[in-house]
This record gives sequence, C-alpha cells and structure tokens, in this order.
Amino acid sequence: MVFKHLRFRSGRWSALFLTISAGLIALIMVLPVGYLLLRTSEAGSAAWAQLQRPSTLRVFTGSALLAITVTAGSLLIGLPLAWLTTRTNLPGARIWLTLIMLPMAIPSYIGAWAIIAVLGPRGLVQQWLEPLGIERLPEVYGFWGAAGALILFGYPYIVLNVRVALRKLDPALEEAARSLGQRSSHIFWRITLPQLRPALAAGSLLVILYALSDFGAVSLLRYNSFTRAIYLQYRASFDRTGAAVLSLLLVGLACGLLAAEALSRGRARYYRSSAGVSRQPKLVGLGVWRWPALIFCAIVVLFAVVLPIVAIVAWLIIGLRAGQSWNLQLTDLANSLLAASLAALVTIVLAFPVVFLAVRYPSRLTSLIERATYVGYALPGIVVALALVFWGANYLPWAYQTLGLLILAYAVRFLPQAIGSLRTSLLQINPRLEEAGRSLGQPAWRVVLSVTLPLLRPGIISGAALVFLSTLKELPATLLLGPTGFHTLATDIWNNTAELRFSQTALPALLLMVAAGASLALLLANERKT
Amino acid sequence: MKLVRSLMLLLCLSIVIAACGGEATPTAAPAPTTAAATPTTASAAEATATVEVTAVAEVSPTVPTTTTTEPAGGSLVVYSGRSESLVAPLLELFTQETGIAVEVRYGDTAEMAAQILEEGDNSPADVFFGQDAGALGALSDRFVQLDRSLLNLVDPRFVSSEGTWVGASGRARVLVYNTDVLTSTDLPASILDLTKPEWKGRVAWAPTNGSLQAFVTALRVSQGEDVAKQWLEGMIANDVKVYESNSAIVKAVASGEVDTGLVNHYYLFALKKEQPDAKAANHYFGNGDIGSLVNVAGVGVLKTAKNPEAAQIFANYLLSDGAQLYFADKTNEYPLVAGIITNPAIKPLGEIITPNIDLSNLKDLQGTLELLQDVGAIQ
Repeated sequence: MVFKHLRFRSGRWSALFLTISAGLIALIMVLPVGYLLLRTSEAGSAAWAQLQRPSTLRVFTGSALLAITVTAGSLLIGLPLAWLTTRTNLPGARIWLTLIMLPMAIPSYIGAWAIIAVLGPRGLVQQWLEPLGIERLPEVYGFWGAAGALILFGYPYIVLNVRVALRKLDPALEEAARSLGQRSSHIFWRITLPQLRPALAAGSLLVILYALSDFGAVSLLRYNSFTRAIYLQYRASFDRTGAAVLSLLLVGLACGLLAAEALSRGRARYYRSSAGVSRQPKLVGLGVWRWPALIFCAIVVLFAVVLPIVAIVAWLIIGLRAGQSWNLQLTDLANSLLAASLAALVTIVLAFPVVFLAVRYPSRLTSLIERATYVGYALPGIVVALALVFWGANYLPWAYQTLGLLILAYAVRFLPQAIGSLRTSLLQINPRLEEAGRSLGQPAWRVVLSVTLPLLRPGIISGAALVFLSTLKELPATLLLGPTGFHTLATDIWNNTAELRFSQTALPALLLMVAAGASLALLLANERKT
Repeated sequence: MKLVRSLMLLLCLSIVIAACGGEATPTAAPAPTTAAATPTTASAAEATATVEVTAVAEVSPTVPTTTTTEPAGGSLVVYSGRSESLVAPLLELFTQETGIAVEVRYGDTAEMAAQILEEGDNSPADVFFGQDAGALGALSDRFVQLDRSLLNLVDPRFVSSEGTWVGASGRARVLVYNTDVLTSTDLPASILDLTKPEWKGRVAWAPTNGSLQAFVTALRVSQGEDVAKQWLEGMIANDVKVYESNSAIVKAVASGEVDTGLVNHYYLFALKKEQPDAKAANHYFGNGDIGSLVNVAGVGVLKTAKNPEAAQIFANYLLSDGAQLYFADKTNEYPLVAGIITNPAIKPLGEIITPNIDLSNLKDLQGTLELLQDVGAIQ
C-alpha cells in the first residue's frame, strides 16, 4: 500500500523505516486508549449502565457543541489577526503580533478565574459601575462563558498555523491573479484562502481537541463538558469505570471530528510548482480600514491579555498590602523550563517520522497512523496521566516517576501540536527538491538534513514553541508522573489556589507568563530572521 | 543551524538555572541552617510565626530533639492529598524530630487515591495522608490494621470502624454568611430549613465538591434516601446558587454576591488572612443536626509499604502534641487528640454536637453521585 507511491528505489527503505518508526510512535500514543479499554472491559454491566444514563448523552452533545462553537469563534478571530499582522501595513504589527499571541502563555484556569474576578456578577467591573447604580452584571457562567474563555485562549493556535502558511505562500499566484485584473477581496477568497486550507485545518483541529480536553475554563465557568464529567467521576467516587466509559466516548467524538477533517482535506497539493527563490509578498495597504483593524486588535488584546494580567497584578498588590512574604522559587522556574525544553525537543523528534510518512507517502495506513497520534490530545490530562501511572508502575517500574516518563507523558499530550505545524510546512515543500538531491547521489538522511530541514524551520519552531508553552501550563501529568519533589510553576499555582491563596498564586502565575512570553519573543525574533 | 542552536541555548539555560537553583526536593531533608537554628526557622516564611514558637516550644523544649527521640533514620514516601503550603512545614518538623527523611508527593486527595489504586502492588507509597474520610475509605482494602493504642488516642467518631485509618484533624461543615446582610439570630438551626421560602436564592453550594458530597452521603446514611432526595430537590427548587469550590463560595459571600453558603469552617480563616476585614462569619447548625457534620483529614499505612516501621512512626507523629498543635494554629482545623487548645477564634470542637454518623460509611459516594445526578444537582 505504502510502496505504490514510491518513485525511486532508495525510497523503499526509507518508507519502510518511516512506517515502522511512525507505527511504534503511534502505538505509544494510543496507550491511554488501551488503558481505557482495559478498565471498561473489567467493569462489564456497570459500564453499560453508565452509557445509558441520560446525562451521558447530554454531556456528549454539549461537548460537541462547545468544541464546534469554540473552533468557529477562534477562526473568526484568528484568521483576520494572522492576515493583518502578516500581510498588511497594520501600524505596530510586530507589537500586536506579540500581544495577540500572549494568551498562549496564560493557563486557562488562570484566564477563566480572571474573567470571573473582573466580569463576574460582582466582579471588578461591577464595582466600577456601582456608582451608576448597577448592582449585578449578567452571569458569565455556563455555555457562553466557557466558550468565550476557550475562544480567547484557543485562537492563537489558528494565528500561529496560518501565519506560517501565509509567509510561505507563493506571491506569484496572487500576482498572476492581480495581473488578470481581479479585485483584492476576490483574490483573498479565491486564491489565498484555499491555499491556507491545510493550515486552517491543522489549527482548527488543535482548537477542537483543546476545547474538548480543557478542564480549567469549563470547570471554573461551570459548563458540564466531558472533561468536567470525567473529573467528577474520579473526585466523587474514585470509580475509574464511569470515568473510563466517558473517556472512551470522548475518544469516539474526537475520532469522528478527525475523520471529518480528513475528508475535508482532499488531495490538493500546496507546494509551488516551479523552483525559485522564495519572496516575501508585498504588504497590503489598509488605508482607512486601519482604524477598524486597530480597534479589533485592541478588543481582543483587552479581553485575552489585559484582563488576566490586571487580575493577577491586583492580587499581587492585595498580597503586598497584607504583608505577604514572597518565597520566589527559582528552582521551580528552572524545573519548568527544563521540562518544557526537553518536551519540545522530544516531541519534535517524534513528530518527524509521522509527518514525513503521512505527507510523502499518503495512504490509508499512513493517515491512520497520523490520526492515532491525535487521540492523547483530546483526552483530559488526568486520563492520560492515570493511564501512564498504570502502565508505568506496573510494566516499567524503573522508569516510573522519572523525568523520562514525565516527558513521554507530555509528548503523548502534545504531539499533535508539533505534527500540525510540521505538516503545514512540509506540505509546502516540493518533493522534487528532495528527489533532485537524491539524484545527485546523496543518501536520504543527508538530503533531509541539508535540504528539507532548513526549509521546515518555521514549522519546527512554531511546533516546538507550542509544545514548550503547553508543557509550561500542564498540570495533572506533572502532579501524578513527575519525580517526587519535582515542583514546577504550574504545581506552585495549583498548590496555592487549592488553599485559596490567590495572592500567593499571583507570583508564580506571573513568572509562568513571563517565561512563556520570553519563549514567544524568541520564537517571533527567530521568525523575523528567516 | 539557528533552530538547533536556539533550542540548545534554551536547554543549556534551563540546566544552568536548575543547577543554580540547587536541591530539587525541598522536603527530602532539612537544610543545614534549619537544624542548627531555632525551631521557628522551619516556618519562618509563615506570617504568623509567633504562634508557631509557642506551639513547638511546648512540645520540644530542647531543640535538636535527638535526646528525647531515638532517631529512627531511613526514609519514607508520603502521598499527600493535603497541599504543600499547609503541611510541608509539619513534615519538616517530623524529619527533624525522628531523623527519617521524607519524600512527599503532593496532589489532590481524590487524584492521589486514584493513583494509588492504579499503581496497585507496585505503589511506591508508604503512607497516604488524605483530607476526606471517603478517600481514606476507598483505600481501606490497601491499608494495614493500625495499633489499638494509636486508634484509642482519637474519639471513635473520627476513626475507621475497621481500624484501617485514623483521623488527624477535623473539618466542620458550617453555613458561612455575609455579616452586612445577616446576623446569627437570623440563621436556621437545621440545614434542612434552608429549603424554606425565606432562603430562596440566598444560599450557595458546591455540588461537585467532595465536602458537600460527603455531607449528602451522611444525610442519606442517617435519614434515608427519601429525606436526602427531598432536601436536594428542595434546595434546587429554592434557586440554590452553584459554585465550584468552598473557597469560591466564601469569596462570593464576603463580596456580597450571595448571602450564605455551605462550606467547611476553615475557609473563612484562610480568606481572612488575605482580607482581614472580610464581611463574613461562620454559623454552626444546632445540636446534632446533620448539617454540623465533622469530616476528617487522616492517615493510613499501605500494606505494600517498603518502610512499614517508618510509616508507623509517621502515623504516630500526626497524633503527637506537636502535630496536633500545628493543625490548630496553622490550618485552623480541629485537633482530634484530647487536651489540645484550638484557635480561640474558632468554636471549640467540644461545643459542637456532631450527628451520630460512622465516617467509615461515607465511602458510598457512588450512590450519592447518582442521586445528585438524578435530581439534576450535577449533570
């Protein structure tokens, strides 16, 4: 099946090698599902009873609705922002870019908490409005609150993916259209947008799975999604059956969405047909439209960035006034950075064979392998963490509670982020470049190193940055799988919020956002040099 | 290549910071300065260090206490469902007094219990220190029988009837209320009265929270399924406000978002540390009312413990005067060993007439969850 697509002999071995290594990686990624099947099969009739509860159907439809709404909202915000900051003369585009990416540095549990603190029925805004006679604001809780919060923290996944694609787009296509007298708007809808399809699909998939697996926002904003229902089962009954059944249903839902996305992908090619120097397209002049564009950017930044920062700084000040002592945990910051860098490195390495196989040798098998790696991303962190506790403690006791297994857990959780970014980049590289390299007698690995890898750089960087940021924020796997005594900023935050010490939470939260912000800046600076 | 270089740079940077940051396991052993200095050093970071001085001084007047206690040495793995900010100083004191190095994993009580169940016989844990009788009950099969002498230190109300775990500190259910809106005379004697019309829309609860669920279990066990169901339906019909946690309720009550809320007693004192002028107070329900349930945080020793002796010493330590004083002063919980004085701001445990409930029966949380789902309190 795989070999049908090969055009030259040496590729046969690389295809075989890629299939085997990608297959092994996919197997590791579906370990949590294996665990869930094991738990469910042990339960028997109890599992069946859980399935038949009316609440199960409610949770199912509610989660699907939430995921779809969040994705649509993220596209509506993310696509214009990516275009404005990449292809137009928006004033201060670089600063706006940094600002609109910042929400990625804010964990959803902090963001949602900030929304409640500021916009809640008796939050800060209400207190400012009190002199005007406003005693309560409308509830922020429920579906729209949860969807709004997830959109605010989900749209950067779209921006990041779309920007990479926009930058690699061949301006020749648009110029050809313009020379034929097409209007700008027409060119965008007919030429640019279709070219962006893989990037939009990759970004949407990340947002969908993020919305399905997030716990912090839905829990604080009281919307009963799958994740919250699964957590409830653990918390309330220590019963792993109900949780396992719900998790398997969630996997089913994710598989459905993955299949839908695969169908929409089609067989289009996205690389440039002719060789040539890659050029930057000309920036679009916004003219008067720059005012609405600026207002749009400002509103997004106000809600997604300023609001959480205001809340955190407010608590910092409250803590200072109360004479709180700050024990600044540099070790925890270092642990966070170490774990996140290792996770980014390992995840990118694991993503390579999967992406190469799926893009260069597309077939049902290779697509299945690629899809399998997305499952861990849709599951709530607690499920992935407990699955690895089970496999680790019982089958790999020597690796259990070591940094190695923790990094593996991060890889299982976040591999799709790396795959999505790499895939978008690789799709835009003409395979004939590699063939040319090989026809010059170079071995395959050398061609990949000297030709493909440099071209993939934007994708590698954005993938690594995504994994780095997600790892910084991750909590359940860090708590359950980290080496004993291994503290990170995220566990500090958890430890303090658990005991209502909001002002103590402010400092690690701020540190976490600075660390994540610094890595974002590094990413953006690197992007500029390309 | 620039990419590789920047990744390597990031990695090196992290390693360097990690190296400078020093020891990654702060609780593994006391820092050298701590051992040499006064007993307050362990909790120097805490704002209320003065209370600690008296507390520890009463227990161990000679400072390196090796003269009074034979150092047992060895090491111990504790899975703590109690948070680090609350109990880490206590565990450091334990190491100082016994010479036993402690490795602690901190997490949520339910998650830690689930982790021990998943680990099975390979669990590295020696003891489980959890903050809910339900979680302790769920692990009952994995715990050893504790010594009678240890169990006898604590009132039988707060001990596993099977003898597998023992309560170390108590946590009372209360109704927290906004003192701008209500005075103590306005408040009902029974939690069952909260379904009356005068409380419509004025009460907050956290149905997803373990403490409320433990209360509902107690209600089912003591007064039957029907009464529990009626009460839950009555609360929902009375427009009860839903929150995610006890802390969120206490904050909402203090800010005037809602008039009253069902919580544990110590959340108010945690809030008052940050907002000393918070306009909220605790109300205890009347004599023996089911609403004044006292749940426990407690300890169990695992059958698979690698260091069973150290684990026993740890369980004993939690019931020592020093540890009990620590709970009274630092966590604002109720010490469970007789003769320890509670924080004067808190109504003494002796004055609370608790409902007649066997805490070991509170592990049937599955039934409670189903009931909460059936009436629509949680989906």
